[in-house]
Amino acid sequence: MFGSVIGLVQTALELGLISSLTVLALFLSYSMLNVCDLSTDGCFTLGAAVGAVVAISGHPYLSIFAAMGAGMLSGLVTALLQTKFGIDSLLSGIIVNTGLYSINIAVMGNSSLLNMNKTRNVFTEMRFALEGTFLEKQHRLIVAVIAVAAVVVFLSVFLRTRLGLAIRATGNNPDMVRSSSINPVFTTIIGLCISNAFTGLSGCLLAQSQRSVNIDIGTGMVTIALASLLIGRAFMGKGKIGLQAVGAVIGSFVFRLVYTVALRFDMPAFMLKLVSSVIVIIAIAGPYLKKQFPVIKRRFTHNRAGEVK
Amino acid sequence: MLSIQKITKIFGAGTPDEKKALDDLSLEVNDGDFISIIGANGAGKSTLFNAIAGDFYTDHGKLLLDGEDITFMPSHKRAKFIGRLFQDPMRGSAPGMSIEENLVLAAGHGGWLSTVSKADKKLFREKLSLLDMGLEDRMQQPVGLLSGGQRQALTLMMATINMPKILLLDEHTAALDPGTAEKVLRLTDEIVTKNRITCLMITHNMQSALDLGTRTIMMNNGKIIFDTAGEERKSLTVPDLLQKFREASGAELDNDRMLLTEK
Repeated sequence: MFGSVIGLVQTALELGLISSLTVLALFLSYSMLNVCDLSTDGCFTLGAAVGAVVAISGHPYLSIFAAMGAGMLSGLVTALLQTKFGIDSLLSGIIVNTGLYSINIAVMGNSSLLNMNKTRNVFTEMRFALEGTFLEKQHRLIVAVIAVAAVVVFLSVFLRTRLGLAIRATGNNPDMVRSSSINPVFTTIIGLCISNAFTGLSGCLLAQSQRSVNIDIGTGMVTIALASLLIGRAFMGKGKIGLQAVGAVIGSFVFRLVYTVALRFDMPAFMLKLVSSVIVIIAIAGPYLKKQFPVIKRRFTHNRAGEVK
Repeated sequence: MLSIQKITKIFGAGTPDEKKALDDLSLEVNDGDFISIIGANGAGKSTLFNAIAGDFYTDHGKLLLDGEDITFMPSHKRAKFIGRLFQDPMRGSAPGMSIEENLVLAAGHGGWLSTVSKADKKLFREKLSLLDMGLEDRMQQPVGLLSGGQRQALTLMMATINMPKILLLDEHTAALDPGTAEKVLRLTDEIVTKNRITCLMITHNMQSALDLGTRTIMMNNGKIIFDTAGEERKSLTVPDLLQKFREASGAELDNDRMLLTEK
């Protein structure tokens, strides 16, 4: 029993950490830049597909950078569509997402499924490196921890630089960015390129850890990541940037933990996406409805009272 | 310094709502001028500012700043030389970021990947203490927690931290309560006079239009109808201004529509 609990937590931790890279991507695009990047699903799959193809061709380390580069490119297209071509930001995400479906299948060699059973990837490389040590069994966790730590440190340093501040201000008050002689188009492009690089990395690592990619690997990621982000915000609030980033990772882990526990209680696996949708609805609609509540209450008593006493 | 040559801007051209907001308007702004601008609602005062700041490009005419043609320079590039404050105190600063972070962006010192330096922190403290609002001890607090007056004073600080060639003040005290408005106006006068910044200020208050600055212009229907400076301006009173408006525009003054206050 105890062993299975450990196993449960470990699975949640691995999956939570790997998908927390997407959560951190949304932390940058959604929380900082105030852009809801709906190309996330497709970009996640793109990272997975590119990472898999490069790993299969025998370059386990290069696969990481290739996936991030591909993500960056996809982010660049999304950003250009919304800043230079007058397409609404939600719509540009959706358009890129749709286009990526075809591109992803093309990347995977006209197939919707790729197997990496015998492929060397960053996880197998780590296992070789740790062979014989007591950490050998934790190789997947270690890779995930390294990746997440690197991204969290990067974000908490980067968002304090002048460029990082400009990106945050773009989501906060673009007028003010312009009057600081900074072009918000530029900051939007940089922000989306970086965030999509993380999404690509996230997809690449998930594919390599489960040793396969299918075309649906990224479906619903944007909602799952948003749910995690909002859970994290509930834990860490809106304090220091570094803590907020850590909150995003914790949110991702908590989400996966709840999900894995629910699976143990015989919740069917296909419920994952509904659960994530409901969490996002509660997290966003909750505070809104709470604010409406006094008015609703007042109207109710108003209608009941009839005369003003 | 700033030469505005025959600029025209038509909104909604070809529609029933077509409006000539700026009509063949020319203005020479001299170095060190502090110009107050008055005029009825819809006279084109804010449109003139938006044209100078580059929110849109004009349909005709030319804008020269120190001899450089800036007619088609995008607004974020003009912002290097042109500081601006709006009526809405919320527009000039990012509420979710701290005072210090806002100032870092406004100062724009260092490279893209640099973080705030010790020297800058000291500079920000000094500048903020000039406002006399205690903001220098609240550097790490989000700007969203400040009152409208504090935010407007901060925006004034941000706009002048690198001395702009021109400062545009678009009724920047109109949304503040009278006491705070007074204080922000005094600060503005201090900063502008001390640093000899060339400044254009829109106001609905005819008295402060005459009290502050060195030159006053009056606008109507996208044109400048009256421009006064020097001795002539010194002897002017508010009733004189109203008289001038009648003469220049040929219209009877409708105080409500004008939204000019005499005090």
